[in-house]
Amino acid sequence: MQISMTVNGDEITRAVEPRVLLVHFIRDELRLTGTHWGCDTSNCGTCVVLMDGVPVKSCTVLAAMADGHAITTVEGLATGATLDPVQQGFMEEHGLQCGFCTPGMMLTARALLDRNPHPDDTEIREAISGQICRCTGYATIVRSVKWAADHPVVAEDAEEEVPA
Amino acid sequence: MQIPAQFDYVRASTIEDALAQLELHGPESRVVAGGHSLLPMMKLRLARPEWLIDINDLYELDFILPEATQLRIGALTRHSTLLESADVARLFPIVIDAERVIADPIVRNRGTIGGSLCQADPAEDLATVCDVLRAQAVVRGPAGERILSMDEFHKGPYETAVAQNELLVEIRFPIRPRSGSAYEKVERRVGDWAVVAAGAAVSLAEDGSVDDVAIGLTAVGLDGTIAEAEAVLRGRQPSQALFEEAGRLAALASLPVADQRGPVDYKRHLADELTRRVLRRACARALETQTTTTQEG
Repeated sequence: MQISMTVNGDEITRAVEPRVLLVHFIRDELRLTGTHWGCDTSNCGTCVVLMDGVPVKSCTVLAAMADGHAITTVEGLATGATLDPVQQGFMEEHGLQCGFCTPGMMLTARALLDRNPHPDDTEIREAISGQICRCTGYATIVRSVKWAADHPVVAEDAEEEVPA
Repeated sequence: MQIPAQFDYVRASTIEDALAQLELHGPESRVVAGGHSLLPMMKLRLARPEWLIDINDLYELDFILPEATQLRIGALTRHSTLLESADVARLFPIVIDAERVIADPIVRNRGTIGGSLCQADPAEDLATVCDVLRAQAVVRGPAGERILSMDEFHKGPYETAVAQNELLVEIRFPIRPRSGSAYEKVERRVGDWAVVAAGAAVSLAEDGSVDDVAIGLTAVGLDGTIAEAEAVLRGRQPSQALFEEAGRLAALASLPVADQRGPVDYKRHLADELTRRVLRRACARALETQTTTTQEG
């Protein structure tokens, strides 16, 4: 069957078997290997991508189910050469060691900050509770997300939001 | 790598379209919503449908609608939407208690209340929640709509009264005055299925005695609520002694089996303790609503 979706802002159309999972479609068909494929049982969360801005585990979503939707993968976080604050935060606060869980962690963090720009530690830990990191013990991940919250991207139209 | 067996896929555009597709493709077709129960089973080849009918576009089934006597919830309502609903929190705090411990926030972004109930896993938290809230399931098929009690809806593990050519479209929770509800679960780790969980819903009479009560246990082999434990409380003033007696009787009625989540004795102990706790909290919440109502009046 033929499916179309927006991936990191680009319109793509491909022919796929209905049984192809979104994670394999992204990695094998689109060659975007930043999205990792881990436990295959919707437990570990390394395959998390954003579907219409909402984090989903792409090992448990069919590519066909993403037809007509907008997908953001870790490759879509940066703007040109400018890293998303979440990415910068993971660098500043050593939010990764081996890096396997990192793409999913960063996308979940991005979605959290979009909804809640100033989360406390508990809210951050709750948001990433469906994801497993076996290196850092989470403390540095929480610090990375907090760093990002403290360093938001200043919107270009920010001046308009200031009341006169 | 876990890949489902081959199947054909079609996306339904309306309820009628979904029903027509089920009729057209017959017994080997299955409805998929959030997919977080069915797709893992298909990946393990425990399920091998020939057709998947995707109902994620049926936005008309994604609603939370408070009415005077009931709260209506569309079958496609995501767990995350339920968890964030002020109406649900105000009327049925047990749903929030349960949703907080169902899987994890990312799975809850996809999974739906209808999907959870239709999967009918014997350890499903929402099944107990719906039992104790005396919920109704609205099922639509070619012949029209049927409204089922939870006793009628649940046929056993992984089996419901929803026929192959029917679709669960709505869940209804009756609203009672002076009522409170609570759910508590013990799990091995965050997001896991219950070792044991308990749910209770209590309605108080004007004199503060128990007008109606429902007690349910998750993952200990019971269908429906536990009448012998409920009988202890009905018509009497809530007290710790009665909660303890109800807990003891609920544990006696439970039929746990030993597995990797724990031995029988441990599960019985949990059934007892969790029953006491949810009864205590449900009664406290019922009293809170009573106070609030009085203040508003």
